[in-house]
Amino acid sequence: MKVGLFIPCYIDQFYPQVGIATYQLLKKLGCDVDYPENQTCCGQPMANSGFSALTGGCDKNFVANFDAYDYIVAPSGSCVLHIKEHLKDDKNPTKAQKIRNTIYELTEFLVDILKVEHLTSNFPHKVGFHTSCHGQRGLHLSSMTERVLPQFSKPEQLLQKVKGLQLCYPERKDECCGFGGTFCVFEEAVSVKMGKDRIEEHQKNEVDYITAGDVSCLMHLEGILKRQGSKVKAIHLAEILNHE
Amino acid sequence: MSNLKTLDHAAAAEIFIKDEARTDWHDDTLWFVRQKRDKAVNGIAEWEQLREWASQIKNHTLSNLDNYLTAFEKQAEANGIKIHWAADALEHNQLMHKILKAHNISRIVKSKSMLTEECHLNDYLKKQGIEVVDTDLGERIVQLRDEAPSHIVLPAIHLKKQDVSETFHEHLHTEEGNNDPQYLTEAARQHLRDHFIQSELAITGVNFAIAETGGFVVCTNEGNADMGAHTAKIHVACMGIEKIIPKAEHLGVFLRLLARSATGQPITTYSSHFQKPRPGQEMHIIIVDNGRTKQLGRADFRNSLKCIRCAACFNTCPVYRRSGGHSYHTAVAGPIGSILNPNLDMKANADLPFASTLCGSCSNVCPVKIDIHEQLWKWRQVIVEEGYVKPEKKIAMKGMAWIFSNPKIYRWAGKSGRWFLRTMPFLGNNKLNVWYKQREMPEAPKQSFHDWYQQNKNK
Repeated sequence: MKVGLFIPCYIDQFYPQVGIATYQLLKKLGCDVDYPENQTCCGQPMANSGFSALTGGCDKNFVANFDAYDYIVAPSGSCVLHIKEHLKDDKNPTKAQKIRNTIYELTEFLVDILKVEHLTSNFPHKVGFHTSCHGQRGLHLSSMTERVLPQFSKPEQLLQKVKGLQLCYPERKDECCGFGGTFCVFEEAVSVKMGKDRIEEHQKNEVDYITAGDVSCLMHLEGILKRQGSKVKAIHLAEILNHE
Repeated sequence: MSNLKTLDHAAAAEIFIKDEARTDWHDDTLWFVRQKRDKAVNGIAEWEQLREWASQIKNHTLSNLDNYLTAFEKQAEANGIKIHWAADALEHNQLMHKILKAHNISRIVKSKSMLTEECHLNDYLKKQGIEVVDTDLGERIVQLRDEAPSHIVLPAIHLKKQDVSETFHEHLHTEEGNNDPQYLTEAARQHLRDHFIQSELAITGVNFAIAETGGFVVCTNEGNADMGAHTAKIHVACMGIEKIIPKAEHLGVFLRLLARSATGQPITTYSSHFQKPRPGQEMHIIIVDNGRTKQLGRADFRNSLKCIRCAACFNTCPVYRRSGGHSYHTAVAGPIGSILNPNLDMKANADLPFASTLCGSCSNVCPVKIDIHEQLWKWRQVIVEEGYVKPEKKIAMKGMAWIFSNPKIYRWAGKSGRWFLRTMPFLGNNKLNVWYKQREMPEAPKQSFHDWYQQNKNK
């Protein structure tokens, strides 16, 4: 099984440790992982801002990089959802379609494809889980409070296998953190207020860390935590699962 | 009305949020309604099935709207109701004015109708020297304050009891500083009762118009639609063309969904069925298009017309709860308003589809399964394509797209960007950087993942 590792641009540039943890974790779990070195961005920042007409270059580059793999895995629900919903390549429609069908967010890949039963991870801390919207409502990584359907959570399933980890949820279990791509600057006031409110609920639980499946949410929450001088740290789920 | 657009959503929201304690109160109040909704819908095992049925009935109706509308007209006329057709808001208002003039009427009561808000009927009639008294408590409160409703189900949800007390003291001469809700409600009750008794004509909205029977249903919690319609000699009901449902039995689906989604009640206190005028009464229905057929013609947006105006998407929206209805500067605010209003005026409402994080809660709470957040995304594309976006934004996006299309340039830009942020942090940490206003910048590492991988892939 050949796995292509997709490390979204802002993780590549600002959070390499998340890419490293994802890579090491997949290797540990026996995957044949490759990082195609000419990858850049999925095109989501432009598309979500209304400029999907400008994503042709990103699409082309993505297809060229990820065409050769059985599976593509990324530690970001949001970028994966974008590819799944919007990747197109008029010259290679079947290649684009194949990529859309075989791209996975990390936790769904671990649960649904690798069917991970045991993890050697150890993380003896109190961890608050932030549910990232695109992973949850877009990729259905977990059930949501809006619907009347059976409850499940793929990330939680994995976090429960981590030794020493005490998992907590905020009072509003699945409310958006307010990052929202370019929303975070064009609607700065609402964005920050949403983030502050999420953090407050996690702080009520006296957590050491806030974790999530998306670095974008964490980058936003971390920015606010640091400004507040909070002791609470943001950490990506892959870093916890890879922690021994 | 004082809701004429002056600020875009982001700017208005920033002002709203400045009073953080009040923002928290607004957020909590609406979240409480969302929680009531959750409790109510979880009490029904077949909830998802009901949503699916409602969605299918509405889709079917929208695909056969012409037939159902004419069938409704025929039945309603056979029942003795006069039907009027209005192409737009102005024609709706003119038709109403014509009915008022023909009967020389000056005393009018109106129960809640978002359509008349959309058409700005009160303003129009005021200019003709005619005053309409809104009888929904929340609507009356905002009317006395010369404000627009901030929510389609809870029009005065942006106000605290203290605000209501001040407003009533000024207009209804209640005791100054008496904030007791019971006292204030009783004062409103007495005040409105006088208007009901004297009214010559009652305007109501329509929640559901039934093609099969020619009748219609109006849902209220206060009974004010009934009070108006039963005391006045003339009843005028206003409805958008999308309010049609094929059969009376379909009410069994929609009435179960509506109130649970709106307020968490199993059903509204009054679900009033109007079939024909009582002896000596005149009954009119004004059926309004006002952009709806245009929306019906937009493949990506037509199913927004499935909306039954429950406002569940308002209550669940983390952006709405923290920015208030007035920041949307339109009669219908919230997520649904953000996909309906660009159709009415794309330029004036170009900001609204961007007033969302695309979290998707709205689409999943929607009782008729409108893919609201996906339509928000699609409206963004249309708005950019039509050129209603700031040139700076366009330039920035073009720059980003170019960088991301060229791996070498992307890596060079990333590396130099990080170098600048590390060695000259003031380049990022300054007032021009909107991110930095209330958030620290992420740390810029020396090595990207790409660089690490190159060093470590063969280890």
